[in-house]
Amino acid sequence: MSLLLDIDHVGKTFTQGGLLSRRSIEAVKDISLQIEAERPEILSVVGESGSGKSTLAAMVLGQQLPTRGRVLFDGVDVASIRSGADRRAFMAKVQPVLQNPFEAFNPLKRVDRYLFATAANFMAATGKPTRQEIEARVDRALVEVGLTLAEVRGRFPHELSGGQLQRTAIARALIPDPRLLVADEPVSMVDASLRMSIVNLFSSLRDRLGLSIIYITHDLATAYYISDRIIIMKKGEVVERGNAREVLDNPQHPYSIALKNAVLTPDFA
Amino acid sequence: MQTEALLRSPDIVVEPTLTVERLKAYYTTKAFGIDRDIRAVDDISLTVAKGEVYGVAGESSSGKTSLIKTIVGAIRPPLHVVGGTVRFNFGGQTYDIYDLKPDELQAIRWRHLSYIMQGSMNVLNPVRRIKHSFYDFAFPHMGLGRATFWDRVRDHLRKLDLDPGVLDSYPHQLSGGMRQRTTIALATVCTPEFIVADEPTTALDVIVQRDVLTMLRDIQRDLGSSFLFVTHDMSVHATVSDRVGIVYAGRLVEEADTPTLFRSARHPYTQHLVASLPKIGDTTRRASLSGRPPSLADPPPGCRFHPRCPLAMDVCSKEVPPLVSIAPRHRVACFAVTGAPS
Amino acid sequence: MFTIVRDLIRYNIEFAVGFAILLLLIGAVILSFFSPYPAADIYVVAPDMPPDAEFWLGTTSRGQDNFWQLMIALRNTLAFGLGVAFLSRILSLVVGLTAGYAGGRVDRVLMAINDSVMVIPHFPILVLFYFVLKDDMNWLMLVLILSALGWSYDARLIRSIAMSLRTRPFTTQSVYSGMSMRKILVEEHLPYVMPIVFATTMNNMIWSIGMEITLSVLGFTDVDTPTMGQMIYWANSHSALISGIWWWVAAPVVAIIVLFIGLFLLSMSMNEYIDPRSRLNRMGS
Repeated sequence: MSLLLDIDHVGKTFTQGGLLSRRSIEAVKDISLQIEAERPEILSVVGESGSGKSTLAAMVLGQQLPTRGRVLFDGVDVASIRSGADRRAFMAKVQPVLQNPFEAFNPLKRVDRYLFATAANFMAATGKPTRQEIEARVDRALVEVGLTLAEVRGRFPHELSGGQLQRTAIARALIPDPRLLVADEPVSMVDASLRMSIVNLFSSLRDRLGLSIIYITHDLATAYYISDRIIIMKKGEVVERGNAREVLDNPQHPYSIALKNAVLTPDFA
Repeated sequence: MQTEALLRSPDIVVEPTLTVERLKAYYTTKAFGIDRDIRAVDDISLTVAKGEVYGVAGESSSGKTSLIKTIVGAIRPPLHVVGGTVRFNFGGQTYDIYDLKPDELQAIRWRHLSYIMQGSMNVLNPVRRIKHSFYDFAFPHMGLGRATFWDRVRDHLRKLDLDPGVLDSYPHQLSGGMRQRTTIALATVCTPEFIVADEPTTALDVIVQRDVLTMLRDIQRDLGSSFLFVTHDMSVHATVSDRVGIVYAGRLVEEADTPTLFRSARHPYTQHLVASLPKIGDTTRRASLSGRPPSLADPPPGCRFHPRCPLAMDVCSKEVPPLVSIAPRHRVACFAVTGAPS
Repeated sequence: MFTIVRDLIRYNIEFAVGFAILLLLIGAVILSFFSPYPAADIYVVAPDMPPDAEFWLGTTSRGQDNFWQLMIALRNTLAFGLGVAFLSRILSLVVGLTAGYAGGRVDRVLMAINDSVMVIPHFPILVLFYFVLKDDMNWLMLVLILSALGWSYDARLIRSIAMSLRTRPFTTQSVYSGMSMRKILVEEHLPYVMPIVFATTMNNMIWSIGMEITLSVLGFTDVDTPTMGQMIYWANSHSALISGIWWWVAAPVVAIIVLFIGLFLLSMSMNEYIDPRSRLNRMGS
């Protein structure tokens, strides 16, 4: 059994303040978590603001290094990645999907530019790609998310809807053929009428492309709807973990119970 | 015309606290020769009865924030009112918002009308103790002596399960939820008859959100105030609103009592919003609408929903469906429901 | 480009006035190349003549035509201000964007240099340079020295913007698109700091031209290149105001004021045009 992602007793402490008044904040305390390479899954990380879920995501993406423990991706310690080439090889396998699609694209630039840049930069590892190869790769990724290059080409972010833009962002992340997507609140800024299409897209990507997805959210209802496994975090610690449906149908930890009870359910039936 | 129909309906006996008639408000921008009209509020009529919580639901940039800005008279260019009236009825006296002079409008704000903004916890001055905010905002409007004023403030806080000790804190010492509850306390200390709340819980965590909603509900019950409650989150409406109006691209498309709306919505857009809500314990597949919300600068002709509508007919792209009462307290603007005009 | 200028002239009165002044200045610069007298020659016309039909701005006590002196001085002063602004903008952009984006040790080193430059008192240093360099202190040298002194405040300003840009999600998106740091800085971040660059260009030109004038009036520069400051220097050294040759002083002073007003109006209106928010508004978001 090989592990795609192995988070091994990871902790992250931030220090604030100057020389005299140093304070340290433990954003993540001793978390271990594994995703198997052979079994793609959607793993939800649920918690409130300040629970450390975004810090955990940043460590998986290699944006922040843990102060304790190790994050291993495909057996390689993320902290040991130094050279530009290694970094690029790592980024080809782990890609982020950001929260607000309107902020994830520079509003002054056309959106297709990120798609072409991604294709050109990550295909360069196997010889310099031609214009046609790049366009074909971009189009394939867009078809994967239910769009076409014709719809996106030359558009500015404000000319697309939140849903289209978030799909475009996901397509961009798919271009280097990643193994893992880290999606931090990917639907919280998408309009209600388009939200479920993004959520459904995640499960179809898992099934069709064998992609694992870490889905970070505060929304228990969508976590229940798509995820295979769930971990519930509070103040940097995992308070409950397991099969998503089992945990949410029957939460054990007092905090998980409080969280579930706080979910507003429209029940008039 | 539609409002008259509603006013004639037997449910409403007394004059409503808020009457909005055929309100139109556009953003007009002139940037280097390009003039654009953004029809953020387009021909909206609604009423809010005394003691009622009226929810306004809609997606981002559907014009719901512009709607409440025009209702409370907080209109700054480039937003301007093109037509229609907004009337409040406080204690038998009618105030037409657009006929009031600025100082009269100022006087009824806080006293009768209170506005809880999105992210309003940031109205507290970060470098002064919270009691100063209370003093600055509320004291001039209450017409009380200092001692009575502070007694009233402390009573009010206690009633809302807030420790009066928060008055001596600085905003940064409180958590986000506490700050939001304190601001709500501040906005309601003058016991206003009408409270407008714009996404008051959107930035909050779920557990805190539940507390804040419970608090708002309690205030409404205690004071008997009317609420105009705006949020995009349908499950929040399900919890707090008595009646919900669905806004799509600057127009009101459906309005009904909350249970009716969730059980038997008639407009295809509302039906979709209700059906797409995920629920814990239910994994049946949720569909999503195709297309995208229209741009308010260049909305589609006829019914603005027709390009995305599964029931669209020929007439939908040509004529604007009127908002028609199909049952008591249930209005809908859809030709598929009310029948096409002959 | 043409339509932008046309729209700005039509809808922005500040720009229209600033643009008119700019045209006037450009006209003066072009005109200066047709001067009938070489700039440094003296006693080519009758001295101390008040303004009349032949000598529009009179003549100086050194026997030069005041009008042609002014045209040439205007050209040199403008070139001076633009040169300093251009070089120091490049320095502040490179330092500011790099320090803000890279952070950590790079930031600390660059900011240590930056702050050192910031605390150097400009005027004494310039005087010191003059006494060390003496005859080597020519016009180009002064441009280089002032550029080397005039970037640090703006680099700090640009750094603070770059720091916030680094945390914007689109930067993360660019990083994970495999873009290089240079590409991110030039293509993604630069448009956001351009308004600052334009606004500071104005300040910088006022500062450098003012500095040059101060030094010239005191005689701490190369006296052979006529500039605004040089004109005032020579006027002073001939006690122009006392002997009633007011036009010798008035011409450069009025020209400087008009120049500054024109620059100010242009930078203000261009700023509004370049600001990403108003740009987005026009693009129709």
